[in-house]
Formats: sequence, structure tokens, C-alpha cells
Amino acid sequence: MSKRVVIDPITRIEGHLRIEVELDQNNVVKKAWASSTLFRGLEIILKGRTPYDVGLLVQRICGVCTFSHYLCGTMAVENAIGAKVPLNAQYLRSLMLDSLHMHDHIVHFYILAGMDWIDVVSALSADPAKAAQVAMKYSATPMAAGEGELRAVQEKVKGLVASGKLGPFANAYWGNKTYKFSPEQNLIGLSHYLKALEVQRIAAETMAIWGGKNPHPQSIVVGGITSVRDMLSPARLQEFAQKTAHVKEFIERCYYPDLLMAAEAYKNENSVLGGANVRNFMATNELLLGENNHLFKQGIIRNGDLSKVEDVDPMKIEEDVAHAWYSAKGPQHPWNGTTIPDHTPFIERDTIYGKLPTVDEAGKYSWVKSPRYAGEPVEVGPLSAILVNYARGTKEVVEVVDEFLRQTGLPTEALFSTLGRTAARMLHCLINARNCDRTFNALVKNINSDETTYIQPSIDPDKEYKGFGMIEAPRGLLSHWIRIKGALVENYQAVVPTTWNAGPIDSNGKVGPYEASLVGLQISEPEKPLEVVRVIHSFDPCMACSVHVMDYKGKSLSEFRVDPSAL
Amino acid sequence: MDTHAALYELGKKRLESLRQLPARQSVSLREKLEQSGITRRDFMKWSAAMTAMLALPLPFSNLVAEAAELADRVPLIWLNLAECTGCSESLLRATTPDVSTLIFDYVSLEYQEVLMAAAGMQAEQNLEHAMKQYHGRYLLAVEGAVPTANNGSFLTIGPHAKTGMQLIKEAAAGAAAIISVGTCSSFGGVQAAAPNPTGAKGVQAVIDQPVINLGGCPPSETNITGTLMYYIMFGKLPALDMFNRPKWAYGARVHDNCERRGHFDAGEFVEVFGDQAAKDGYCLYKVGCKGPYTYNNCPTERFNSHTSWPVLAGHGCIGCSEPDFWDTMADFEKPLGRQLLHGLDATADTVGAVILGVTAVGIGAHAIGSIFAGTYEEK
Repeated sequence: MSKRVVIDPITRIEGHLRIEVELDQNNVVKKAWASSTLFRGLEIILKGRTPYDVGLLVQRICGVCTFSHYLCGTMAVENAIGAKVPLNAQYLRSLMLDSLHMHDHIVHFYILAGMDWIDVVSALSADPAKAAQVAMKYSATPMAAGEGELRAVQEKVKGLVASGKLGPFANAYWGNKTYKFSPEQNLIGLSHYLKALEVQRIAAETMAIWGGKNPHPQSIVVGGITSVRDMLSPARLQEFAQKTAHVKEFIERCYYPDLLMAAEAYKNENSVLGGANVRNFMATNELLLGENNHLFKQGIIRNGDLSKVEDVDPMKIEEDVAHAWYSAKGPQHPWNGTTIPDHTPFIERDTIYGKLPTVDEAGKYSWVKSPRYAGEPVEVGPLSAILVNYARGTKEVVEVVDEFLRQTGLPTEALFSTLGRTAARMLHCLINARNCDRTFNALVKNINSDETTYIQPSIDPDKEYKGFGMIEAPRGLLSHWIRIKGALVENYQAVVPTTWNAGPIDSNGKVGPYEASLVGLQISEPEKPLEVVRVIHSFDPCMACSVHVMDYKGKSLSEFRVDPSAL
Repeated sequence: MDTHAALYELGKKRLESLRQLPARQSVSLREKLEQSGITRRDFMKWSAAMTAMLALPLPFSNLVAEAAELADRVPLIWLNLAECTGCSESLLRATTPDVSTLIFDYVSLEYQEVLMAAAGMQAEQNLEHAMKQYHGRYLLAVEGAVPTANNGSFLTIGPHAKTGMQLIKEAAAGAAAIISVGTCSSFGGVQAAAPNPTGAKGVQAVIDQPVINLGGCPPSETNITGTLMYYIMFGKLPALDMFNRPKWAYGARVHDNCERRGHFDAGEFVEVFGDQAAKDGYCLYKVGCKGPYTYNNCPTERFNSHTSWPVLAGHGCIGCSEPDFWDTMADFEKPLGRQLLHGLDATADTVGAVILGVTAVGIGAHAIGSIFAGTYEEK
């Protein structure tokens, strides 16, 4: 008999996500469903507002990848009205995006995903002196991994345990047999977790220098950027360079070595070697090196074939809502999307925890739509950016990927996995850290002869416009689509990374990356499904990003079908 | 007894009651600080800084120091409702105290979805355990609005798929104090902007208990931890303004302490982003700054360890700590114009013409007044 496991909330993510899996008698996942359980309706709210406010409002889609939507929304407006943004502003925007990538990836690996790899309880029995030796194996210059520091970390956590109040570490899946680090390795990881809490603050400051604050910076405007005084201040420029160097040091001395350590410890663990069953990967341009020249190039790979890369054609993007809580006639291109919310209840059934409300897989079960590229599901994210550029032969990418594979002894095929996804995020972060000084230097050079940061845009109320923005957000390819009429927002759609990855089954029965990644996964303790959480976290879920996507026309909310008894 | 003396007494009593509770840690904070090479003197300096930040007289720093040593006994439940997680992210940026110090030394973080290790059924058990075990004693922080349309079905959380509305009511019932962190939980925020498709509301609109509102999208890390510390130290709510925001943080208008205020008074304005006036740091009123209508300590505390704030970065304040700002303060890059000023702004109403006319005597007040008049007519 099959068994249903419900995991809600998936914690340590952005937003609200429910995962359900059905296990066979050997506890192997036969089917999986991802349900996003929050809807906010920001596109409805955007309608009728001035396009100049779009960036600030869509930024509130997400407070984690806090800059991505701000930038992408502003670019969509600029693309629609044909505003040419000065080069200085482009450089500053790119630097802010680099800051975001570095910040977000560090927070993801340590604070959001870390507890799936590091067993905190095991770290308590480590020998700090021995752990300090172990750390030398992965880095010639380890950070926060000296004997004294490790002992202090251990004492700190022991204090919590002795009190009987574990705080954020309480009641997790500690002791699960798929944890593979030795006590010493766990202690190193735990120490880096605490160090990451500190370093991410500095990474956020690098964005705040140009953005005024973080989360939710406030300096991008249609036509450019407002922080011209900061840009013209040598002290400010140096502050950015200095703090970025600090973050880069952490990436090289903690993040990179920790992935070497994880690859070594986990390379025989099935739950981290699978998890990439949709083998189409798509990414877009990122990290501006000069006018129209990016380090990461756009492209799409199909069926995991690294010998061929196609150019991305934005017109081939469509969204399907067959199993999402919206109604529509067939898949729609975002410019023409007409989506009507259509909430239906969960269904009560037996689960391993007794009777619970569960997803209605025959009907609708998620607020996330299912984007498709030429009808196919696609994974987006740092793994996609790395694979596309590895396949394209981008020098900076090929070098770090080959070096990482050499040091870990893993084959290229290992990239197509939970481990690969986690490592690719680190490599992406490393490339950003190592190369953002090229953007910085290009900016400094340009300022010598050109101080322009803004061109005044104009929107003709008698004209209609449509446009889109496309960027590489920390979670992958992000596109925003706008139509403007009467100088106001007529229609708005955002097709976001987590939508690509987390969408439900489409009308052709094609399964998206989250759900596909879980199929075939064996769970050691169904009551404590650590393996599921680990695989899902490797995508870095960002649910609020993905559930706002709708174009609302003509139906009043009172018409929605809702059965409160099921909720 | 004057107000400060009464507050001091209250703080002392509160600490006394905290001292009665069982200690959570065998090593005292003082010993721990010494182990980390932080002297008593350093610690007292920190306490004095914290005291000043809370706008309290210096003698209170003894109380602050004592409180910090006892504060680790407060259980904290943090709920994420209809939100973008920006407030949790802001919490991660905290420096006084930083987030790991907060977790290890000041609060017992019983439930916080972004930081907690447990997931699924185990996460829900943590929440239920904390609500029962610490009934009447826990601090409840809420991030995000409460969707109320369609019986709240726009948000469900947990294996039993409870709505956000159910959860907040259950959690609020046993809370010693409730803090709405951010504009969404305070006033509904972005999802409550017109036409508010999910019927999103702030926490205070759906429960009957008093709520401290920390307006801001997101509030600065200082305002989040400062408010937590205030409660922990004094065991009561801070003095609040008419929107239930702590006066220590929201007592003054952004405009009042703005570093560009001198340029406003002198009638020197940025006309277009990136112009010479922008390079010279002139006032941003004419490109939409809502500082005159917004109450917050952004100019003095700034964000990200005092790194910057939007006005320093050349963009006007958008009024994000005010109720309904997405509707009342838009367009964000145009001046509001007097006709749109809401009731709160009895003084702000006169900013353009009258106050300027009075305070700017001798620097061409009439000329400046007409500049503003021109702005309004353009609109």
C-alpha cells in the first residue's frame, strides 16, 4: 500500500510551500506534488498605476532576492518605452546584482540549506583540536576553524542544549542516517554557519552602498539610478571594494572548502546524487563587463546535452494553469495572459500522520503556474547558468567547474544532481566574487569621462507600449512583462525562477523540476523526511516570488469556489 | 514620581521577576563576555549606546546592562503570513544585538520559519508546544498581512492547512505582547494596496489585543531589535504614537532630521535625477520625497549598520512606514501636492508654503513659496 507524506511548512525558504510525496513499500517516492499556499495578487494591484512606480512595487514580490524584481520590473518599463540607460547606471545595477548573488547564495547554503547537511547534535561530540586539523584538508587557510574558535562554537551550542531549550535547532531531523559528515566536519560546518550570519550582513551592506538600504533598496528609477553622489565619492567606491573583498575571502576560505567537504562526505549518498530529472536548463546574461558584454551568456540546453546550446527565444515562453488555482483556456504567453483565480479545497485522506487535508492532484493544487519553454518544463537557477556557460565554453566558468570536478574526483554527470545544484550555486557565487571587480573597474574608468547616471524618460499617453525585462536572479532566469496604455500599467506578468521550478503538472502531464526531482528518492524515515527537504532546498525555493503571477480580468472575487471546511 | 523615575522602577521590578525564572544557561553572560575578551567596561559602553538609542537618560544604562544579562528567558514566536520575507531578512542584518547573539543570549526562538531547522510536522509541533508551554508569557512577532477574503483561503500553513487568520488568532491568544514587524503586518502592506484582492489586513485589524506596529518596508534592523529589547528590558509596551508605533523610533518625521533639510529650507531642490543639484545633495522634495509626511528614524539610524538610507542614495523617501502608503503616497517620484495631504499632516500641509515662509525668513522665503506653488500647479 502506498503511503502519503505531507511536509508543510517547508521551512528555511522564502514564503509558503507544501510538499507531498507518495511512497511505495520500500519508501521510494513514486509521485510528488508541490503546492504553494499563499496568493497575494500583486499584478492586480499594479494595474492602473504609473509605470514609474512599477519597480518599487514589484520589488515587494520578494524580500530575499530583494533587488531582482526591482531591477527586472524597471527594465521591463525601459524596454517598453525605449529608454536607453546610461552605462554608469548599468554598471551600478550590475554591481548591486552581484552583491545580491553573493549575499543570497551565502545565506542559502548556510542558513537555509545548511541544516540539511550539517548535523548540529553530532557537532557537540566533535574534538575541536581534531576538527581544526580536518579543516586544513579542504583549505590551506581555513576561516573560523581554529581549535579555539571551534571550541567556543561548541560551548555556545552546548549551552543551549544544557538549557533544554534548543531554540531554532529544536526538533529537527538530527541523527538521520543520511547525515554524512563526521562530528568534526559537522563542527566546522556549524562554525561557518555562525560566521555566515556575520558575513551576510557585510554582503548586504555592499548593496546598501548604492541602494540606500537592503532589503528593498531604493535607488533604481526608470532611466537610470539615483545614487550619483555615492558613485562620485572615492570613499564610497573604496568602501564597496573593501567589503566585497571581505565577502570574497569568506567564499574562498569557507564556502568553497565546505563544498569540497560535502562532495567528499556525501558522494555515495543517493539522496544527493539524484534530484535532476528535468534535464532542460535555461539562463540569461549576467555580470556586465562592458557595454553589451556579459560574463555569463544566455542559452538553453535540452535533455542534458552539453554539446548543444540554443539561444533563448522569449516568445517561446508560455504559462499553463491546468493544475494551478487559476482558470484559463490553454497555455498563454505572458503578454497575453488572462488568468482568473479559481481556488479549490484540499481533499482529506490518510497520511502517515493520520487524516490530513491533502492536494487534489486530479484538480488544482497550487498558486504557482507552470511555465513552459516551447511546451517543455525547464530548470532555472545557478546550475543552469553554470551548465549553459560550461557548454558554451565560457572561460571563467569552465575553469572553476573543471577545477572543482578535479578536486572532488566527481564526473561531469554529477552536476546533474542535488549536490551539483548546491555546488553550482557556490561556483556561481565564486565567479561573481572574482569578477565583479571587472565591472567595478569599468565603472571607475567610465566615470573619468562620463558622470551621467540618468536620462529622463517620457511616456506618451496616446501611445501603447509593451516590453519585457530579463535578468539572472539568484534563483535563476527572471522575466517581467508589461503593457502600458494611457501612460498607465495596462497589464503585468512576472515569470519567476521559482515558478519555472515549482510549478505543478501541466495539461500535457509534464512534470516540473521540483516534483520530478523527488521521484525515485528513497526516504530512510518517512516521519522525518530529511531527504525530501534536502532536495527541495537545493533549488532555493522562493515562493512569494512565484505566487503573485496573475492577470486578473472581469471576475469578482466573490465568485471563487472555496470550501472553508477543508481549510 | 516623574515619568522616567516611574519607568525606571517598572524596569527594576520587571528584572526582579525575570531573575526569579530558572536560568537558561549555566555560564552567565558576564562570564561569557569575559571569555570572549569583552570587558565589563566594553559591555557598559554598549549598554550606554543602547540606552541612548532608546532615547532614555543615561542612568538607565545600568538597567539595560542588567536586562541583557537576564534577557535570555523570553520565548519568541515569529509567524510569517502574507509577506515577502523582507522583515526576516532585515532581522538577519541586525547588529545591536546581532542575530546570533539574539538567538543564543536574549530570546528562545521557538518558531521562526526562515531560521528554524525543523520542518513540516515537526515545525508545527514546535509551534504548538511553545504556545502551550509558554502560554501568557511568549512574545509574538508577526511578519506579513492576514488575508481575510474567502475565509482566509489565500494563505494556509502547516500539515493541517490552517489559514493565516486561524493561526494568528490562536497565537495571539496566549501572547504576552504582540509586535507587528513591518508595514504588512501593521497595516496590510503591499497586498492590501487597492484593490486589495485578498482582503489583506494588518494584525490589529483581526485581533482584539494591543499590538505594537513597526511600520517600514522593511523596518530597519535597529527598529526590530530595539523594540524587542525594549520589551525584554521593561516588560511592557513602549510609548506609542497614534498608529501604535514606538515613539522612540517613530517620534519624528523623516523630514525633521533629514541631512538634506538645510537645502529644503534654502529652497535648493533636485529637479531631475542625476542633475547638478543631485550631485550636490540638494533636497529631493520635487522628485517625490515623502519625508515630510513620514514618521521614522531613518535619517538618524540609517540601515545596514548605518551604511545608508534611501535619501542619502538620492531617492526620495516613499513613506513606507505609514498606513496605506502604496495608495496615499503614490506617485512616488512626484510631490504629493497639498490637495492630497491626509489629516495627520496638519503641519506637513503647511510645509510647502507656510512653514517655509516662516522658517526661511531672510533667505528668500517668498521666492521659495512660489517655487512650490508652481509645483502644485504643474501637477
